[in-house]
Amino acid sequence: MAIDIGDVHKNSKLLINGVPYNVDEMEFMKPGKGRAVYRLRLRSLIDGVGIDMTYHSGDRVEEAPVTTCEMQYLYKEDDQYIFMNSQTFEQHPLSDKAIGDNKYYLKEGVTVTGMMLGDTLIGITPPTFIELTAVQVAVSTKTDTHTAQMKTAVMETGLTVGVPSFVTEGDIIKIDTRTGTYVERTGKKR
Amino acid sequence: MNERQRLGRIRAHLERRALIFESVRSFFRSAGFTEIETPLRTPAVAPESQIVPFESEGWYLSTSPELYMKRLLAAGYDRIFQISRCFRKGERGRWHNPEFALLEWYRKGGNHLDMIADTEQLVGAVARSLGMGHTLPYQGRRIDLSPPWPLFPIRSLFREIVGWDPLVVDDPVRFDTDLVTRIIPALPPERPAVLTDYPASMASLARLSAADPASAERAEVFIGGLEIANAFSELTDPGEQRERFSKENEEIRRQGRRPPPDPHPFLEALPYLPPSGGIALGMDRLVMLFCDAASIDEVMAFPHEWA
Repeated sequence: MAIDIGDVHKNSKLLINGVPYNVDEMEFMKPGKGRAVYRLRLRSLIDGVGIDMTYHSGDRVEEAPVTTCEMQYLYKEDDQYIFMNSQTFEQHPLSDKAIGDNKYYLKEGVTVTGMMLGDTLIGITPPTFIELTAVQVAVSTKTDTHTAQMKTAVMETGLTVGVPSFVTEGDIIKIDTRTGTYVERTGKKR
Repeated sequence: MNERQRLGRIRAHLERRALIFESVRSFFRSAGFTEIETPLRTPAVAPESQIVPFESEGWYLSTSPELYMKRLLAAGYDRIFQISRCFRKGERGRWHNPEFALLEWYRKGGNHLDMIADTEQLVGAVARSLGMGHTLPYQGRRIDLSPPWPLFPIRSLFREIVGWDPLVVDDPVRFDTDLVTRIIPALPPERPAVLTDYPASMASLARLSAADPASAERAEVFIGGLEIANAFSELTDPGEQRERFSKENEEIRRQGRRPPPDPHPFLEALPYLPPSGGIALGMDRLVMLFCDAASIDEVMAFPHEWA
């Protein structure tokens, strides 16, 4: 739908040449007696690439029909990740490329937020915190327990995180998906 | 951030704001100006294609007190000032709020550059009242406020920075875009800058220069990248004024808006308007400068989204 540039705000979703963008920043500038100039910093919702655009008062832009919904991760097939809308049970694929590093936060059955452009899934946001099992943990090289020694651990999904020295293989680790960092050890896999 | 936290955080700015308003009033009082109040709700605003007024029961909320101030000048009031609330639809951003405080003052017999000289004195007086010297710290820069402020004729500025002459090429869209995206960022950061000799097509309510009718006697003050004030040698020719209004109305119609009715009392007063200088200064932005504030929201108790 075409909307007036004056109705665009931060985090509006716009469609430019068929690509959906998020409005990351919007600057309204207007010489006292002149036209308003809108400078937008846009980020592609497909590949995250940023672009800058300039518009004038009266310009019309295309609003991207972007919606979000709760989705469950089902499984991976070739380079496609398959998700299911928790309400309609419709299944939607997302390519390896589109999912990016979020693939490290996907365990079968996990609930994520899906972003839809019309009927097409274009991205997902994992839950803020997830629990993953450490499958490979580096051996602690120092025995000094007075300082927080970090070592690397590989999770069941392939994610590599820095963990405290007391973590061992089979431990269940809580991870902050916004930063990709260790939060705490919550248990041990039986 | 909730409202209580927000208002707590900007308290020092609001206290400073009150001091600035007080020193502006005392500056004009000692210079022999009379403070005026004019209607905020008005049957007709000046038709300006780039300013969208709010409507109010068939009338309008004031977009500027300019027409009333000139009616007073025409009646023989020779030095007047006003700090009023103005309303402009859709103007919202880091430097804009749809409702804002505008200071206007007028001098019988003055021209646009006399108004700039007043502004230099006014800003200096405000700085002194806050215990500051000539140096204004703003957003990591140190701005030297001492007069006279350097003048930059539009023509040479545009030729030098963007390589075209707006007095020859009449392209208002390109003009406004280049002005905000390339010219203003290129102004020397450590001094106020006064842009002068605007193209005739951007004269607004300023008279054309006798020396060069391609340019208008209009001057704009920028400090720290902020547009602070806009000065005119006022247009007093009723015929030319009507013509400019009808051009603006045409453009308003082209945008699909309904033009305001003609401001008859103003047009009838115009033949009595003596040669005068007038200027409008954004009070919120002046406060931003003296509070080292990056956003207008930091100097207003209740900006748009918090109103």
